[in-house]
Amino acid sequence: MLKYLRPVTFAFAICAVTGPALAEKLGLGRAALPAEVAAWDWDINALGEGLPSGSGDAMVGEEVFAEKCAACHGDFAEGIDNWPKLAGGADTLDYEDPLKTVGSYWPHLTTAYDYIKRSMPYGNAGSLTDDEVYAIVAYILYSNDLIDDDFVLSDDNFMEFKMPNAAGFVVDDRAEAEYAIWSSAPCMENCKDRVEITMRALVLDVTPDLEGSAEAVAPVVAVTPEPEPEAKSAAIDLELAAAGEKLFKKCKSCHQVGESAKNKSGPVLNGVVNHAAGAVDGFRYSKAMKAVAEGGLIWTEDELGSFLNKPKAYLKGTKMSFAGLRKAADQLAMIEYLKTFTK
Amino acid sequence: MSENDTSKPSRRAFLSGAATAGAGAIASSVAQAQTADLLITQPQEWAQGFGDGVDAAPYGLPSQYEGDVIRRNVEWLTADQISSINFTPIHALDGTITPQGCAFERHHSGAINLSKSDYRLMINGLVDTPLVFTYEDLERFPRENHVYFCECAANTGMEWAGAQLNGAQFTHGMIHNMEYTGVPLRLLLEESGYDAAGKWVFVEGADASSNGRSIPMDKALDDVLVAFKANGEALRKEHGYPVRLVVPGWEGNMWVKWIRRIEVTNFPVESREETSKYTDTLEDGVSRKWTWAMDAKSVVTSPSPQTPIKHGKGPLVITGLAWSGNGAIKRVDVSKDGGKTWETARLAKPGEKMALTRFYLDIDWDGSEMLLQSRAMDETGYVQPTKTQLREVRGLNSIYHNNCIQTWWVRKNGEAENVEVS
Repeated sequence: MLKYLRPVTFAFAICAVTGPALAEKLGLGRAALPAEVAAWDWDINALGEGLPSGSGDAMVGEEVFAEKCAACHGDFAEGIDNWPKLAGGADTLDYEDPLKTVGSYWPHLTTAYDYIKRSMPYGNAGSLTDDEVYAIVAYILYSNDLIDDDFVLSDDNFMEFKMPNAAGFVVDDRAEAEYAIWSSAPCMENCKDRVEITMRALVLDVTPDLEGSAEAVAPVVAVTPEPEPEAKSAAIDLELAAAGEKLFKKCKSCHQVGESAKNKSGPVLNGVVNHAAGAVDGFRYSKAMKAVAEGGLIWTEDELGSFLNKPKAYLKGTKMSFAGLRKAADQLAMIEYLKTFTK
Repeated sequence: MSENDTSKPSRRAFLSGAATAGAGAIASSVAQAQTADLLITQPQEWAQGFGDGVDAAPYGLPSQYEGDVIRRNVEWLTADQISSINFTPIHALDGTITPQGCAFERHHSGAINLSKSDYRLMINGLVDTPLVFTYEDLERFPRENHVYFCECAANTGMEWAGAQLNGAQFTHGMIHNMEYTGVPLRLLLEESGYDAAGKWVFVEGADASSNGRSIPMDKALDDVLVAFKANGEALRKEHGYPVRLVVPGWEGNMWVKWIRRIEVTNFPVESREETSKYTDTLEDGVSRKWTWAMDAKSVVTSPSPQTPIKHGKGPLVITGLAWSGNGAIKRVDVSKDGGKTWETARLAKPGEKMALTRFYLDIDWDGSEMLLQSRAMDETGYVQPTKTQLREVRGLNSIYHNNCIQTWWVRKNGEAENVEVS
């Protein structure tokens, strides 16, 4: 789509009547050549002006994403360490700690195309083909449960896509909401009865060491799954569990197991086998998972196997963006491994 | 005395608390040395031999004794140091001009090397003639000098949920204040014959992040500068050498570094930096966008956690910085008791629009604990809010634009800590 369709003569007419552009010119600079403008003018606005022709789907996108994006953003767009999470967080914007992703927060899909095309991949910006960008954007939508994996995104249907949080923004209203109430003569005396310290930075202790040692001070959680062979070891096929442990590498970016396990973008999985679904304390489950949990779903080996086979097909709306373990042997191995972690 | 007529230090005001005790009491409080100071009575090496000759440092560095006055980062804030931020050591500076060498850095894809000879600036979009300027071209336009602060919208952003980082450098150091030399953007737009029907300009940098932002045309024509000098010398690489945009009073993310393209448009692009970032989520989940101006704000820089009082009771200089993106600072009040009572501080100079203002409160410290706060007021009548007031309107998840009143708890031993008070 061309950005400036208006005939040149019309542009001149506007200039002639409106003034500022008539200011005396110094004759500095030179005319930019069309090829030069084309080389730099890549931006795509929220109306879709500037979108190149092309297309891509989530299946292709998954491959490109795995190769070029997953090192930071994770295989499932869930984000590794402090790198941006691109998927998840639906309906969390009014939570205590919202998860703002492309799916949950971004108002315009054009922004994803514009940014990925111009500024990604990190360290090799601008190297993606137009079709690759369409495919990556499709994969990010798929990771957010916003399209099916066979949906082909293109310049033809791009602007039909409405983002879930498109209506979630208001233009700066501080003048009415704040300036009006914070502009009265300030109090100088007897402004409050008592003053108490309610919070102290030294108690939190996250300030960098000023002596110069560059140690990170963020709390670091050790992530070392430790199988507990003594627990029900008779019932567990250790060889099968070992195979499951290898497969679990795919799950580690979201799920922790073992003694010091904590909820991450997925819940702790200790004791999950034969346990009630949706029951880990402190984890914010999807609406879909909450619903089946209320319905009394128990993660029997059969149910867990079906879920692992194709999570999104088993439970539409699950937060788990994992594509699935299609081989029955892999499902059994994974379940056997999970059985080694009791509560 | 009007509230603004406080620009002169007043020894009398400072001593008035002790005046009833009489002059004798003042004199007897002067410390008496028990033994002679060897630094005075013995000849010192520096007073006998030579110092360095000229050219020992063709471009000088700070004194070797000032090695701790440096930018510092908070490693856990960001995933790496390429797309990251560090903080100006405002606790150790005075006056208002920030030296470039310790002015905070914020990069989205690292600080690039771009020479003047490789530099190009394109103006395109709704213009008569898309133009390309070289660095030399820019130097031939009439230029202006202005002092402006540049504050990251996320400055103090880590403090929304509570007192977190223990130092003014970390709570308020995403700010610097420089004297810029540059060409008004208006002149470059006029040179291109911009279409006055264009409502926006989209600006982007030459680095890999490009950091594109949309700026309304009114602002672009008003006071935006295409700047190539800061504090009299070329910009530093980390601040956009050879050319950056200066957008007075507005959030630092819009001050695009290594600026390479300005496009006149009818609509905002709604880029990543103006939708997914630099938007302020309120408690109900709705987010404000286009929150460009930085509201009035202030902080006591000393005493503060990194600059404790080491001299015990007696004369104490309380000092800090105040600024507003909506105009000049008119007044700063300081409280020593966590906001129960306030007194008006002395401004080192009358406030200037969109520039840092230095304030002082010279007191006779009695050695008791203090809960130090400062409160800025700008020429619009706006009064810097408390954190409680901000939270009542915005909740805890805005991230950006936290201009709350800061509290330092100064202990009897002179040490200070970042705290929150009721």
